[in-house]
Amino acid sequence: MLINFIEQLINGLRTGSIYALIAIGYTMVYGIAKMINFAHGDIIMVGAYALYFSISVLGLPVPVALLLTVIVCSVLGVLIEKIAYKPLRKAQPLAVLITAIGMSFFLQSSSLLIFGSTPIPFQSVIPNENIKVGPVIISSITLVTLVVTAVAMILLTLFINKTKMGSAMRAVSEDKGAAELMGINVNSTISMTFAIGSALAAVAGILYISQYQSMKPTLGALPGIKAFVAAVLGGIGSIPGAMLGGILLGLIESVSKAYISTELADAIVFGVLIVVLLFRPSGLLGKKKIVKV
Amino acid sequence: MKILNKKTIFNIAVMLLAYVLVFVLINSGILSRQYKSLIVPICVNIMLAVSLNLVTGFLGELSLGHAGFMSIGAYTSALISINTSFLPPALSFFIAVVCGCILAAVFGFLIGVPVLRLRGDYLAIVTLAFGEIIKSVINYLNFTGGSKGLSKIPLYSDYNNFTVVFIIMVICIVLISNLINSRDGRAIKSIRDNDIAAESIGIKISKYKVSAFVIAAGFAGLAGSLYAHNVGIIKPNIFDYNKSIEILVFVVLGGMGNIPGSIISAIILTVLPEFLRGADNLRMLLYAIVLILMMIFNNSKFKANLSLNKTFRKLGKED
Amino acid sequence: MKKRVLLSAMALTFGLALTACGNAGSDKAADSGSKAETEAAAKVDGDVFTIGTTGPLTGSAASYGNSVKNGATIAIDEINAAGGVKVGDKTYKLALNFQDDEAKEDKAVNAYNNLMDSGINVFMGSVTSGSSLALTDLTAKDNILQITPSGSAKAITENPNVFRLCFTDPLQGKMIADFVVDQGYESVAVLYNNSDEYSTGVYEAFKEELNTAGKSDLLVNEQSFTNDDVDFTTQLTQIKASGAKLIFVPGYYEAAAYIVQQAKQQGIDAAFVGSDGWDGVLGQVTDPSAVEGAVFLSPFLASDPSAADFTKAYETAYKATPDQFAADGYDTVHVIKAAMEKAGSIESDDLIKAMTEIEVNGITGKVSFNADGEPNKEPKFVTITNGEYKLFD
Repeated sequence: MLINFIEQLINGLRTGSIYALIAIGYTMVYGIAKMINFAHGDIIMVGAYALYFSISVLGLPVPVALLLTVIVCSVLGVLIEKIAYKPLRKAQPLAVLITAIGMSFFLQSSSLLIFGSTPIPFQSVIPNENIKVGPVIISSITLVTLVVTAVAMILLTLFINKTKMGSAMRAVSEDKGAAELMGINVNSTISMTFAIGSALAAVAGILYISQYQSMKPTLGALPGIKAFVAAVLGGIGSIPGAMLGGILLGLIESVSKAYISTELADAIVFGVLIVVLLFRPSGLLGKKKIVKV
Repeated sequence: MKILNKKTIFNIAVMLLAYVLVFVLINSGILSRQYKSLIVPICVNIMLAVSLNLVTGFLGELSLGHAGFMSIGAYTSALISINTSFLPPALSFFIAVVCGCILAAVFGFLIGVPVLRLRGDYLAIVTLAFGEIIKSVINYLNFTGGSKGLSKIPLYSDYNNFTVVFIIMVICIVLISNLINSRDGRAIKSIRDNDIAAESIGIKISKYKVSAFVIAAGFAGLAGSLYAHNVGIIKPNIFDYNKSIEILVFVVLGGMGNIPGSIISAIILTVLPEFLRGADNLRMLLYAIVLILMMIFNNSKFKANLSLNKTFRKLGKED
Repeated sequence: MKKRVLLSAMALTFGLALTACGNAGSDKAADSGSKAETEAAAKVDGDVFTIGTTGPLTGSAASYGNSVKNGATIAIDEINAAGGVKVGDKTYKLALNFQDDEAKEDKAVNAYNNLMDSGINVFMGSVTSGSSLALTDLTAKDNILQITPSGSAKAITENPNVFRLCFTDPLQGKMIADFVVDQGYESVAVLYNNSDEYSTGVYEAFKEELNTAGKSDLLVNEQSFTNDDVDFTTQLTQIKASGAKLIFVPGYYEAAAYIVQQAKQQGIDAAFVGSDGWDGVLGQVTDPSAVEGAVFLSPFLASDPSAADFTKAYETAYKATPDQFAADGYDTVHVIKAAMEKAGSIESDDLIKAMTEIEVNGITGKVSFNADGEPNKEPKFVTITNGEYKLFD
């Protein structure tokens, strides 16, 4: 029973850390551009297909392919912002949200047209071995996922807090106008945010495809929505919040699937979101906002 | 609120004309059976689009769970008409449709009261979440048939018999457009344009928000019940997130806050896939492009100079 | 400048939409053209008997519809090349009119009405259960013979004009339960898709049959998943804890591929048994050893000698190995041919009456139909050894 519970926690940690990686992208973009980038989940899908394309079709060695995947996603993230979101920076939030939904559909249906709807199997880039820790079995992919997520989060925290670009980001998310007056280039800061968020989504995509070994055009939709829930749970705009929210969500999902009902697991996840929003609208670690007239 | 004013009479006249036109087309044999069978889906989609427009276009809040309310209406009415087969068909259908509409409205109220405290992005996500929860719960319950759904629902409309559906649709449109042109409707629009100003002149924001949401949910339920009695089989998967987005596309393409626009875009986007049969993948791509371009176009300075859509002209000036 | 770009973009979209309409219009013209052609051909070669069907050619279920279409096309080409079908003193050439329904019920109704507009003699559909169910009352009203190649939901055949070629969901569940009992497995866990009626139907019948056989204690764990799930580790961890020696996964190959691979990652060494949707699982796994030894029910095995000609024709024409949907499509056309010959007429009433009197030796086995519209045929169990499908004995 205990072993079973520990294994379920490990399962939760693994999915949770993928959610956390994606949630950071949502939260960074929301913090700076004040919009939900609905297409963010689909960047994971682009990452998975990019990895498949560069290894299976172009025949590139794995490290080059990994790097290429991250670059492709970052560039795509920046392009999406420039083409679809930038013209709407002063528009009402509704218009931006609808555009983002449109972008998400656009990415999905384009890859449907290019790669077809039949799932494509793809051999993991991480060798699959089971590691025994006492009676508990952990797969190598789980271990890699946990390590990569931890490293990515540490690097990101250092970047945000210690570098000049990081402080520019924090300044823009605090007050766009004031940041501009202080000589910060808001446009390039926003681009940078999209690039970093998308790069993390690419990493999530690589880990995702290594775990599940099969890809289809809609693969990013569900993790995308779940990660968004995680970002809101942790407090949207807060990076530690997104990490906490992602891990918590993974654990909640895993435990409710295992011990309550798999059928209602999604309903429980969304239910948690609704409860959090109603009682603590700014999330677990989010800052309270005061609306001024 | 006067029920009949000049504009309403004009609208009803247009609808009557449309009905006569369709009727003549059918009886003269110009319309093939395939196109006749599209009339009911068109009516259903028009109702969905117009009701979502009330929330999204006039109230200014994005709801991504419209298909959820549709499914409540569809399931309620289907369960009732399956279990009341001892009644005369017309009575059973009437009870089923009315109950479907009411229950969807009740759910609209139950969800709307807590949720409408949230705004914008959060509201959109929470309505999406509720749509998914409704879908999972229907799938989980036994009396809704789980994943098998409900089949053998008595059919009350088909390709030759659409009058009832058409009349219900006309009533739905007239009610909503009357509401919008009334005092209450102006209150709803004022919330969209500036909620703080609206509140300061004594408009009860939450009351109007909830009522608009409830009315939209009720009409979505009505549309769902008509859908169920036209196709004869319903499953939880039909009413998913994609369906909600499809309805949103009707509204966005027709112009937010524009009822004739919603009607026209619902007609076009229901008929178009029949022409494009076999090119469904392209259709989704086209929807995506339409969503993005419409938004960018609506918010460009170019659009602000053109007076096609009053809503967005105002917003353009604000900048 | 920006305005102009936007304006031209808008113009482009509208233009696209208009061309789409225009194309559709010309498609229609082309359709009527080809119809005229077939009519013209009919004058030369005799009469044409049109088989209409709807199925998903696009969307997530597209592979099923395309397989049925390809299989049926091969059968029709073969029959026509051999001179057509002799009915009484007339000879008919067969033609196929396949309409896309995206596996959606409302689209299926429109597609069916489209078929009725263009005129069909028999309705071979639909490919999926939901669409088939949505059409049974319409075909009864139009009094036309309906045979579904692959719609397995129980309720489809309730109307007297409807028949099916494949096994029903309950029958599959029952046969697999009997198989599990016969093979003497000590314990079995089930992992089924609760948002899919096929998977749920098979699972429920499986459970019921174990109960009737008094073996309900064999079933030690029941887990479920939903349509879009790709992560099964939680369920598999629970199954692992239950110590089941066999895992039964009713459902399609996509999910099965995820499940067997994740079971391997978790170090689960239980055996797998599946329903007929497993056909094609080898193409979805990156490591065939994950699925080694799995057994599933299937009406059709492409490498079976009896299907050699069909498999060869299919591979030449479509560069792919035929699956059971293709075989179902192929056999259904032959069933229709047999019914035409038996009835000696192409009137729907005669065809429906003839259906219960025929026996067809198809590539999915020898099949006859009872008055309920259900097929009588022997199940085959297929196992995977050394990365290949083999008959299980």
